[in-house]
Order: sequence, then structure tokens, then C-alpha cells
Amino acid sequence: MISTTSYLVLSAVLFTIGLIGVMVRRNFITVLMSLELLFNAVNLNLIAFSDRLGDLGGQVFAVFVITIAAAEAAIGLGLIIALVRLKQTVSLDQANEMRS
Amino acid sequence: MDFLVQNFAVLLFSLLAVLTVAGAIGVVTLKNPVHSAISLLGTFVMVAALFVLKHAEFLGAVQLLVYAGGILVLFLFVIMLVNVRKLRPESAFLSNLAPAAVAVGTLFGVMVALVMVLSRLAGPGADPTALRTVEGQVLGNTEAVGWVLYRTYLVPFEVVSVILLVAMIGAIVFGRRQASLEREEEGGQG
Repeated sequence: MISTTSYLVLSAVLFTIGLIGVMVRRNFITVLMSLELLFNAVNLNLIAFSDRLGDLGGQVFAVFVITIAAAEAAIGLGLIIALVRLKQTVSLDQANEMRS
Repeated sequence: MDFLVQNFAVLLFSLLAVLTVAGAIGVVTLKNPVHSAISLLGTFVMVAALFVLKHAEFLGAVQLLVYAGGILVLFLFVIMLVNVRKLRPESAFLSNLAPAAVAVGTLFGVMVALVMVLSRLAGPGADPTALRTVEGQVLGNTEAVGWVLYRTYLVPFEVVSVILLVAMIGAIVFGRRQASLEREEEGGQG
């Protein structure tokens, strides 16, 4: 069987790539997609440990993480719509004030 | 052929892992948000397959339904609604390269080191049938997850549903046109 270690390393790689996306990219939409990569890396960890320990708690918490990710995506995309209405841009550098 | 049969799980995992990482790199590096979204779709599907490989069949299905079917369509919908071509161009494609490299490099090193140290200390893995067992009866993964979700974790489940409600209201409020702007427009017309 595939070892837990390989899942954890894959999760670390995925988390790193997502974090690079969040820190480096300036396009709001791409930053949100990179955030989804972070959520997926966390879920991979939870599933790997759930299998390792024979405990279903990890899978249940992965369900919670997916729910929170959906909520975050809805809020984030609402923010994008509001930002485009206000500034006609999706660049995070332009989003520097609370109201115009 | 024997090699293929004996190492099928490992080969499958390697293929899925490579495709997952390739999709993730695509999300971060591609310039067009639509291309990034399609790359993200690939990553989601591969991660769902990885879930199934670790005896989380229900989570694999949820990953496909919620991520690939829901969140990703929401992303594509917003990208097309916003009409990226008509917008002002991004001032810079990338930023914060040096601090990001230092922070991410350190974090990755620490994570991999921790994993390696812990994997040396760990004992043997558990029996995977524990993930399908409800009260001593071997049923399916979905039944087992539902059993734990609605009994042991009932209170967190309710809290999460409240969070979803709040997020829904928040998204509606953000998406609405600002009331003050509307009043100004009406005042200008009248």
C-alpha cells in the first residue's frame, strides 16, 4: 500500500505551490484559486491520517473543511464582483481603500 | 508485467501525484484565469482519486460534486461575468518574490523534515475496514461517515451550517449594488 509519508509529502508540495500563488500573484481570482489548493492540501493530510489511524474523525473534518471552502469561495467571489464594480480591476494592488 | 501488477498502487499514486502537482503549478503560473480554472479542475479530480485510494470513497464523491461541480463553476461564472478583457490591466503580474521565496522555502523544509522524523517514529498502520464499520458491522464508507458525523460531531455540524448561512448572507450583501450609489443615481435622474 502507499505509505502515509508519501501522502504527507505530496500534501506539503501542494500546500507550498498554493502558498506561492497566494503570496506572489496579484490577480484576485487566481489568489482565490490558490487558496482552494491550500484547502485541498489540508484535506489530503486529514484523509491520510484518517486512514493511518483507522479513525473517521479525519474524514468528517475534511467534510467541514470542504464546507468552509465553499463559504469562502462564495464570499471571495462576491468581493471580486464588488471590487470590479468599484474599481474596474481584479488586481489586489488597486484594492487599497475601503470605499471610493 | 509482474512488476506492473505488483506495484500497481504505487504507480497509480505516482501518476496521480504528478498530475496533481502539474495542475497546481498550472493554476499558479498561467496568466489567463480561465486556463487557471481548467488546471484547477484537473487538480480537484486527481485529489478526489487520491481520496478514494485512501479508503475515503464518500469524500472522493463529495470532492467531485462540491469542488469540481460547484465551486469551480462559480469561479468560471464570475470570470465570465467580470469580463477580464475589458478591465484595466494588472499593474504587475507578480510581486513579493523575494520574501515569498524565503517564507515558502523555510516552511516547505520544516514540513518535509517533520514528516520524515515522524514517519520514523510511527508504528504500523490501522486496519482499513475500520473506516467502513458501523457498530461492529462492516457496511460502507458513506454509512460510517454519516454515523460519526451525525452523532459524535453533531454540534460542529450545526455550527458549520450557521457559518454557511452567514456566508450566504454576506455574499448577497457584497454582490448587491451599494444603496448610497443607487440613491445618488436616482437623485441625479430626478
